[in-house]
Amino acid sequence: MTLPALGWQGLVVLATFGISLLIATYCTYAERVIAAFLQDRVGPDRAGPFGLLQPLADAVKLFTKEEFFPAGANRALFVFGPSLAMVTALMSSAVIPFGNFLQFGDTVIHLQGIEINVGMLYVFGMVSLGVYGIMIGGWASNNKFSLLGAIRAASQNISYELAMGLALIAVLMMSGTLSLREITLQQSVAGEWHYWNIVKQPLGFVIFIVCAFAETNRTPFDLPECETELIGGYHTEYSSMKMGLYLFAEYINVFVASAVMSVLYFGGFNFPFQYELRDWFVSSRGLELVTAQNIITILGLVGLFAKIFGFIFFFMWVRWTLPRFRYDQLMRLGWTILIPLAIFNILLTGGLITFGVIK
Amino acid sequence: MESLSKRAKVLEKKPMTLAERAYLPAIFQGLSITMQHFFRAATKKQVTIRYPEETRPFSPVFRGLHVLKRDEAGRERCTACGLCAVACPAEAITMVAGERKKGEEGLYREEKYAVSYEINMLRCIFCGLCEEACPKAAVYLQADKMAPPRFERDEFIYGKDRLVEPVTPDNRSKRGIQLTPEQADKLRAQLT
Repeated sequence: MTLPALGWQGLVVLATFGISLLIATYCTYAERVIAAFLQDRVGPDRAGPFGLLQPLADAVKLFTKEEFFPAGANRALFVFGPSLAMVTALMSSAVIPFGNFLQFGDTVIHLQGIEINVGMLYVFGMVSLGVYGIMIGGWASNNKFSLLGAIRAASQNISYELAMGLALIAVLMMSGTLSLREITLQQSVAGEWHYWNIVKQPLGFVIFIVCAFAETNRTPFDLPECETELIGGYHTEYSSMKMGLYLFAEYINVFVASAVMSVLYFGGFNFPFQYELRDWFVSSRGLELVTAQNIITILGLVGLFAKIFGFIFFFMWVRWTLPRFRYDQLMRLGWTILIPLAIFNILLTGGLITFGVIK
Repeated sequence: MESLSKRAKVLEKKPMTLAERAYLPAIFQGLSITMQHFFRAATKKQVTIRYPEETRPFSPVFRGLHVLKRDEAGRERCTACGLCAVACPAEAITMVAGERKKGEEGLYREEKYAVSYEINMLRCIFCGLCEEACPKAAVYLQADKMAPPRFERDEFIYGKDRLVEPVTPDNRSKRGIQLTPEQADKLRAQLT
């Protein structure tokens, strides 16, 4: 890879970073508007047209709040907790392929932060690191409720990561690679009738999405926060922007989880009839193949974001519909239902691959 | 233990069926309900009243802040007879009567008038008995105004400066009969 190419890749990384932050910012707004609509209310509509400047107002509020340190708190860890949660959340979006590639002359820009052949493992690693942010923050607060929330977060994430990983293995058995780009490209091969993975892995997808809800600490699995029992859970003692970082990290995690689900099960940046459309551009519109491919890439980018926003909406829709699970119900669901189901799914996938039904 | 009302239902807690244990059917049912509300919010008129711009309409029979009416010539109607103070169950009204001097005929309708007239809004229960008791159609409870909150207790004692309606006809309270007592008597005679 030449230096200019690296420079372009750096720009893509920066763009990914910016988009993650922007989406997280507007998730706070979307969450409130969707919550309001689902509950027959109006929602924020004062700051700017349709309240679109509300996130800005929230940011100003958060930045100007008092930086509070509880008595007996470990100050270094108290700051480190939210920072870690935010850093890991932001890092996990680096490997997601947002689009295929753009070609200008000799430069080829892959719309992906970094392409590594263990992309999915990297996301998993980052997500598991993220729970340390919650753990450390909860521990450093020197507060019973924070600690309880942190412990819940840790045990919940460990329990559901197992089922999530097992659901993922079924996908990997079909794809034979951990690279997210490869998995995406395999879901749409030119000239063949192809299916997204959701068709081949419906059970795996259900398990994965349930676990994604648990991993991102969203309702109905938001026991770490659990305002009715634990005040605010791990961020009880947090104020100002440190609190904001935790909330942001949650929304970035939702974004990344949505992106991963779109890539793994919903074809990533592929959309139906893309090759036919590309050929149509070339044959009927007289465009060059490169230009046609660039247009398809842009459309694919838009398509992937549509899928991601769909999932984010689903996350919020579920949050304002379902009540929270009880802790024992959560554990029973994770260990006695989801993990056996995921193992069954692996066996089923293996059998189907062996007998050549799917590949 | 036998139930006293004999209406208590004994509910049997059945074990959950497979569909119930799988959560998903119930979840989709719930999701469809909230989605209906989502689209209802977009199409139906919302019940929310955006307060500073919109206000909830008062009932036409609402009894709010008192007003001391003037007659059509701009003279104060109140003659300080004290019937409102007698009628008031909360004893919120106090007044001092005075005699009209020469040259004040444009100010006060009757020969006797209220030098001071005070209503303690903290005592007042807004029952409207003063309005009914007034023979001169002077005191009314406005249908569109409430006694606003204040920081100090003495600010709730409303004197004539805040009770008597302004001289300009446009700013006058819409509430209250604008008839003279003579006209009212005539009307009453017609009705009975």
